[in-house]
Amino acid sequence: MDAKEGSARGDLATRWVELIVALLVVLGGLVVIVDSLRVGISWAEDGPRAGYFPFFIGCILVGAGLWIAGRTVIAWRELGGKTFATRDELKPVLAMLLPTIAYVVLISFIGIYVASALYIAAFMLWQGKFGLLPTLAISVGVPVALFLLFEVWFLVALPKGPLERMLGY
Amino acid sequence: MLEDIGNLMQGFAVAITWKNLLFMLIGILLGVLIGVLPGLGGANGVAILLPLTFTMSPTSAIIMLSCLYWGALFGGAITSILFNIPGEPWSVATTFDGFPMGQQGRAGEAMTAAFTSSFVGALFAVLLITFLAPLVAKFALKFGPPEFFAIQFLTFCSFVGMGREPPAKTIVSMMLGFALAAVGLDTVTGTLRMTFGQSQLLQGFDFLIAVIGLFGLGEILLTMEEGLAFKGTRGKIDLNVVLKTWALLPKFWMTSLRACIIGCWMGITPGGATPASFMSYGMARRFSKNGDKFGTGQIEGVVAPETAAHAAGTSALLPMLTLGIPGSPTAAVLLGGLLIWGLQPGPLLFIEHKDFVWGLIASMYLGNIVGLLIVLTTVPFWAAILRIPFAIIAPVIVVICAIGAYTVHNRFFDVAMMVVFGVVGYFFKKLKYPLAPMVLALVLGDMAETAFRQSMLGSGGNVAVFFSNGLVASIMALALVILCWPLVSRGRERWRERSAKPRPA
Repeated sequence: MDAKEGSARGDLATRWVELIVALLVVLGGLVVIVDSLRVGISWAEDGPRAGYFPFFIGCILVGAGLWIAGRTVIAWRELGGKTFATRDELKPVLAMLLPTIAYVVLISFIGIYVASALYIAAFMLWQGKFGLLPTLAISVGVPVALFLLFEVWFLVALPKGPLERMLGY
Repeated sequence: MLEDIGNLMQGFAVAITWKNLLFMLIGILLGVLIGVLPGLGGANGVAILLPLTFTMSPTSAIIMLSCLYWGALFGGAITSILFNIPGEPWSVATTFDGFPMGQQGRAGEAMTAAFTSSFVGALFAVLLITFLAPLVAKFALKFGPPEFFAIQFLTFCSFVGMGREPPAKTIVSMMLGFALAAVGLDTVTGTLRMTFGQSQLLQGFDFLIAVIGLFGLGEILLTMEEGLAFKGTRGKIDLNVVLKTWALLPKFWMTSLRACIIGCWMGITPGGATPASFMSYGMARRFSKNGDKFGTGQIEGVVAPETAAHAAGTSALLPMLTLGIPGSPTAAVLLGGLLIWGLQPGPLLFIEHKDFVWGLIASMYLGNIVGLLIVLTTVPFWAAILRIPFAIIAPVIVVICAIGAYTVHNRFFDVAMMVVFGVVGYFFKKLKYPLAPMVLALVLGDMAETAFRQSMLGSGGNVAVFFSNGLVASIMALALVILCWPLVSRGRERWRERSAKPRPA
């Protein structure tokens, strides 16, 4: 994405984000319309078909998306100075988002408890610059407390991995 | 009227059992905690806890979850006054005068004022619910599908017309909600819609996942960006301060009353607590004798937004109970809860599940009294929680959100969707797309669609059915007026500008 104009390097310009989100909305609306046409937007013998209602929704989505995109393009110059987020602001956001994605992927492999422990530990060491001892205490303590709360007290089964299986759960 | 009071007394009998009082207490404590922590709020707090209540009796469950909601409403004020960080969007306006008061060493006074006016606002709204809800429900019994669709249409139009966000963005957010609600099996014809051969999409998108992602993870990402550091004043409340502040408060009865009315109006028409608090603050500033001193630590500047926010938050339950149309995202989640517990919200609820309805209403009185006492006595404890570094709180909140998302359907796919909704929430919040309409549309999507199709079926596809009798026509007309309101007011502004311009030259 070319977001350099009018702002420092690496800053995300609002107008680009605005435009892309609006175009994604239009795309989403088109998907809805196409699928509604597939299932039928007309009347069958027993009443309106499945696509009857979503078809309108899709049309309004496309309309509203184009409207926002159009207004962004018209005011392109005026919007030039606005930044969506600076590089320094984006960094912590990614520092939160990327580990979270990794965490969710891990859940499906090693279960939610171990993954949570790793996730909290990583975050505390990396972001919080905590020592090893407090990190260990909290990153192990929280999942254990959650385990007792959900598996033992509420009897709600959460995704488990090899470690829990080894312990007999 | 008398009948209502009798019903209410029966409701108290339902609510005052040891078990329900315990759930009330748990609900309020968790609620304040959720209100204090960033990233967890009323809506997603209730959403996360909802799956745990599936096995409870519906009455106990709704008592606990609604108390969680009151707790969250109370909790938001603590962070605003002590740390200048609104724990909830509706307490942003409280920071304007609350934080300066805290810095002047009057934090105790500010918090007492905030909690007490929250309580007053809620009480006003509960009284309104007690006497108005049965009437609305009785009236709504006459509604057919066109009337229900018209009411839903009115709800969505008032989002567009009354919202602070650009109308086009409100429409986008709402329509995305409807589109997501349509995914999966069509309940009327049994056709699969927008699943694209993916078996995970068969059940469609659950609004609970959307709420947890949009409001939970999205909020955490925003907080990360702002680089949160909790630096605040110490909070201490003793009986002396409380009594002194209480002696001051009756002076502001006019501000309070105005805030109550604004709050209830915004809660019933789904404006929500946040705009209500801003509107009330603005009105108080305009009408107060000390209006120009607002922002420097005026008690009135705390009373006005807090009263309105709580009145709006509480009265949002009125349309939810009587019409099945929630007035706020949290009410929407509670509505989803009703459906899951097997209760059909709407006018019949008042006839078929009297115990439930009046137990809930009675618990609103009790919950708010208990809540007021709890927050007044436990402030230092909550303030201490905020001193826990964000590097610990943030991942723990994400873990709780992930568990909450998983427990809805025991599906891993939902956890992944939660992250997607979180990213969407971050971008939408920053680009000023409102999130509440999307959640409401997700909840109401199927109902609105069914009502629309049934009306169409009745009329043979003729849209005129929405103007076929006086009732439905006037609701539709009101909706259209509200929908076009932004155009009218903008036109008026332009006209005023044009007529004002020639003069200074």
